[in-house]
Amino acid sequence: MGSKTPLFEKHNDAGARIVDFGGWDMPLHYGSQKEEHHAVRRNAGVFDVSHMTIVDLSGPRVREFLQYLLANDVAKLKQHGKALYTCMLNADGGVIDDLIIYCMSDTDYRLIVNAATRDKDLEWIREQAGAFNVVVDERAELAMVAVQGPNARQLAATSIDANYRDAALALQPFSGMQAGKVFIARTGYTGEDGWEICMPAADAATFWDDLLAAGVMPCGLGARDTLRLEAAMNLYGTDMDEMISPLEAGLSWTVAWEPAERDFIGRSALEVQRHSTDKQRFVGLLLQDKGVLRNHQRVVVDGIGEGEITSGGFSPTIGKSIALARVPAGNYENAQVDVRGKLLNVRIVKTPFVRNGQIQIDIDGDTQ
Amino acid sequence: MTELPGDLLYTEEHEWLRREEDGSVTIGITDHAQSALGDLVYVELPEVGIDVDQAGEMAVVESVKAASDVYAPIGGNIVAVNEALADDPEKINTEPYDDGWIVRIQPSDGIDEGSLMSPDAYQEFIDALDD
Repeated sequence: MGSKTPLFEKHNDAGARIVDFGGWDMPLHYGSQKEEHHAVRRNAGVFDVSHMTIVDLSGPRVREFLQYLLANDVAKLKQHGKALYTCMLNADGGVIDDLIIYCMSDTDYRLIVNAATRDKDLEWIREQAGAFNVVVDERAELAMVAVQGPNARQLAATSIDANYRDAALALQPFSGMQAGKVFIARTGYTGEDGWEICMPAADAATFWDDLLAAGVMPCGLGARDTLRLEAAMNLYGTDMDEMISPLEAGLSWTVAWEPAERDFIGRSALEVQRHSTDKQRFVGLLLQDKGVLRNHQRVVVDGIGEGEITSGGFSPTIGKSIALARVPAGNYENAQVDVRGKLLNVRIVKTPFVRNGQIQIDIDGDTQ
Repeated sequence: MTELPGDLLYTEEHEWLRREEDGSVTIGITDHAQSALGDLVYVELPEVGIDVDQAGEMAVVESVKAASDVYAPIGGNIVAVNEALADDPEKINTEPYDDGWIVRIQPSDGIDEGSLMSPDAYQEFIDALDD
């Protein structure tokens, strides 16, 4: 048996199918993954993400430390509460993890990192932090839920302390605030509006019950994966890992090259890659034939070379199969994928596939 | 878990078989199997008229989660496939023993009942898996 979040009994009560995820017993779905997916696109769903690791960093030199540790630049966080998505790289430019960082104050930042990478992340951060006298504090006593969907914030607002309700609803995207014992941020991993909320573990079950009573649907990791795939949000360990740089995973936009003198870990390796003309492309694929694209299937580009699907699956919103793939450099719009021994036709499309409930790609016609 | 239909035979691969009056055998996957797979999104069916060997790959069912082969529990000729699954694979989720049937096979030999399970035996089999 794996680790259990403070909401484990709630998942069992709701009839969840429990699976192991990075050593945690987590809900895969509560009956229908597709219904959960649609609930988030059309109304509101809630995910238990308490397995994720919350790490608070503090000290007078914490900002300087983070500008060294992370590929994106925390100098972009000009107001308290603002959030930034970034990769944490090794010296070779490979991705140790991707994470969200919140600026809580000039000397306090909060990192939220993946569950499966917890041990190596903490070890790496502590190893680097020593020279900057930064205090690294894992907040294992906090639970975390993500309430996502077009109506998520309105429905969840009734479950938070009335004193903070208006301020919470006024939060801008990618911003967070402390609301008593609760930290609320307008972030997520679904391509929909919503909040991610950290709270004391003892309060999580009541909060969960309140959300369900308000009409929010409990959603499992299955729907979380199809939602993030439609939103073309990368999954660590699948779309990138320590052997892959952000430039090879469609995450160039998260690397802050300016100021040029900021010497973050992995920078010199990335600089070499950046000026290489032979970079692989990280693209979206839409399956033209019947079938389902899956992780690790081979992409064949006639006359050019081969690539690989990093994340593939069925898109409930589009009703067709989609994928993220690393493919050879070059200008082409069509390719094929080896699906169980058959070559099926795919079209390269501009991602995201879906955002805010709307399909973003042309399903029948033009390419990007 | 719903009760298993009493007039069917079952396999360890979580398929069910129903003997039709014309001697053919209708085959599908069990409620236990569809539940484990999750929402089905695509079914690859064999061509009508081809012969399949016992334990040979016969169809593929793909859910939001994964692809699974369906193996022929008996050898014979495919006399019908459930074309409705092309547009509505979720019939397997909602009615695994009825509208969610997958293929109908005319057996080349008799049915080897020794390799198949009664409803009670299959129930015990899946109960043991859940423990």
